[in-house]
Amino acid sequence: MAPLSKTDTSDAAAQTSAALRFAKQSASTLFSLLITFVGLLAVTFFISRVIPIDPVTAILGERATGEQIAALTEKLGMNDPLWQQFGIYVWDVFHGDLGQSVRTRDPILSEIGRYFPATLELSTLGILIGVIVGIPAGVLGATKPGSWRDLLVRLVGLMGYSMPVFWLGLMGLLLFYGELGWVGGPGRLDSMYEMMLDMSVPPVTHMILIDTALAGEWDMFWNALSHIILPASLLGYLSMAYISRMTRSFMMNELGQEYITTARVKGMPERRVVWVHAMRNVAVPLITVVALSYAYLLEGAVLTETIFAWPGLGRYITDALLVADMPAVLGGTIVVGAVYIGINMLSDFLYRLADPRAR
Amino acid sequence: MTTLNAWLLDPNPKSRLQSRAGQTWLSWLRFRRNPLAMIGLGISVALILMSIFAPLLAPYDPIAQSLPDRLLPPLTPGHWMGTDDFGRDIYSRILYGSRITLDIVLLVILTAPVVGLIIGTVAGYFGGWVDAVLMRITDIFLAFPKLILALALVAVLGPGMVNAVLAIAVTSWPPYARVARAETLTVRNSDYIAATRLQGASSLRLIWGHVMPMCLPSVIIRVTLYMAGVILTAAGLGFLGLGVQPPLPEWGLMISAGRKFLFEQWWVATMPGLAIFVVSLGFNLLGDGLRDVLDPRSAGK
Repeated sequence: MAPLSKTDTSDAAAQTSAALRFAKQSASTLFSLLITFVGLLAVTFFISRVIPIDPVTAILGERATGEQIAALTEKLGMNDPLWQQFGIYVWDVFHGDLGQSVRTRDPILSEIGRYFPATLELSTLGILIGVIVGIPAGVLGATKPGSWRDLLVRLVGLMGYSMPVFWLGLMGLLLFYGELGWVGGPGRLDSMYEMMLDMSVPPVTHMILIDTALAGEWDMFWNALSHIILPASLLGYLSMAYISRMTRSFMMNELGQEYITTARVKGMPERRVVWVHAMRNVAVPLITVVALSYAYLLEGAVLTETIFAWPGLGRYITDALLVADMPAVLGGTIVVGAVYIGINMLSDFLYRLADPRAR
Repeated sequence: MTTLNAWLLDPNPKSRLQSRAGQTWLSWLRFRRNPLAMIGLGISVALILMSIFAPLLAPYDPIAQSLPDRLLPPLTPGHWMGTDDFGRDIYSRILYGSRITLDIVLLVILTAPVVGLIIGTVAGYFGGWVDAVLMRITDIFLAFPKLILALALVAVLGPGMVNAVLAIAVTSWPPYARVARAETLTVRNSDYIAATRLQGASSLRLIWGHVMPMCLPSVIIRVTLYMAGVILTAAGLGFLGLGVQPPLPEWGLMISAGRKFLFEQWWVATMPGLAIFVVSLGFNLLGDGLRDVLDPRSAGK
């Protein structure tokens, strides 16, 4: 009886220490997230201070008097030492102040708040398509390596890696919108619905599919779907190339393990071996892959949104670029960078939650 | 030929040169068996030849305008890829554009991997706080979305080819630093390094002469795999008007010019995009093939 209770207590002790270690690791992850984010701010700060465009002349124009220039330079804090300016910069960003857009004079964060949901909607639909197509495609390749289906999946994936996304978008528009007329053109809605949108749909989430569905405007919902489906499939294709490639290699690795042989020898149906036994272990590293491609889609959205006139963050940044609105460009960069870091950290966290070995 | 073959495949090489030549020959034999990799090699060689001989191959001047010939469809006699809105022959422009593409790729692969190699080997060799600081910086740059950082940089520096190259290089060195550091860690404590150090070699000499060469193969594989990415990023910058400026025939810029009349004159945007696609597919295939040959770890896969 005595030895049993002893193992009991040591088990409990082991569990608490494991939980403690998990907490410790999460804390250190959070700390490195903070460091990385401040590093990101250091880079954008550096970029904003080496701009050839002088922010003072950008605001006052060419014909300002010397006095005005001196006053504004003082007001912007540009006479302070650089490290102090950086401190203020970091302080502002952590308090949600990304500065003012030169073009519209609006606070950048609230502008981005209006643009970001469109990007989120587009890239989320994109990653869904990528996962739904990419994982089965990768599994298909791994279960029959060298077959024509495997080669097809790999070739389609490789083509995804090699195509400029903006060109693929134009070709998609040319074929599916211009020639076949299967999908809606650029923009989130037909212009007729665009005008009705503000009147009949309350902007709950600013994501058009969800908002129109909530308001019960199904005509508008289907129209929005016909507009989003092409850019979302395009982004889905890009992430599918990466997801299917990684799924294939993880699955091939897993299918060579001994427990798989055991399961097969027991007479377990192959489908169950692959999708239940092997998939459980493949799913863990796949979390990271999917998270990475999701973050990557935010980036791919920049060019895609330009092509499809999609009013998202990418378009916000490129539009600001064209009028040299640097605070807006850098504000957008910070937001995308922050989301990027956040997704990476989240995937790290999920990974450790899902894989006991990583704790 | 047989004697050369025998010399190359001699199991007991007489000199270092013979052993190296033999290894290279064996790698080539393995590489040759991979048809996709050979296609990739063919495309890459074709790109280089195209850019060298562009003046001989191109039937027209890539920049001179000829308004009577504007927007001719493909397969028009004399303009088999058609003409653009200034009457310039698209085929000639794509040929000359290959020079710009190759220039950008060369400039990027001469800078980013070198910087990454130096940072990675120094971090791995010295370890301790040097390693901690350098790797933290690397992580920060890795955490950045590459294209967006490149956009912000070009926006600040001003559009143009050199600035585009700079922006791409600044955003693409971290992976090389990671690879080089990992390789350095595996050789840092080996006996030959210790022996050289006992002979009084300085850290600089050790890193330069004995650590870096060991990192080169993995870095080279990454470079080939990354070349396609460089082409796509450069084309993206060109498309947004932040790279090479008109009237130069940069492929991304040509697509952006054709966008205005995509639905009426589809070929203006389509042709340069096809060129980008074929070239980056070629580099991807070549990189995959090289990795299979040079990287023993992936040989079984």
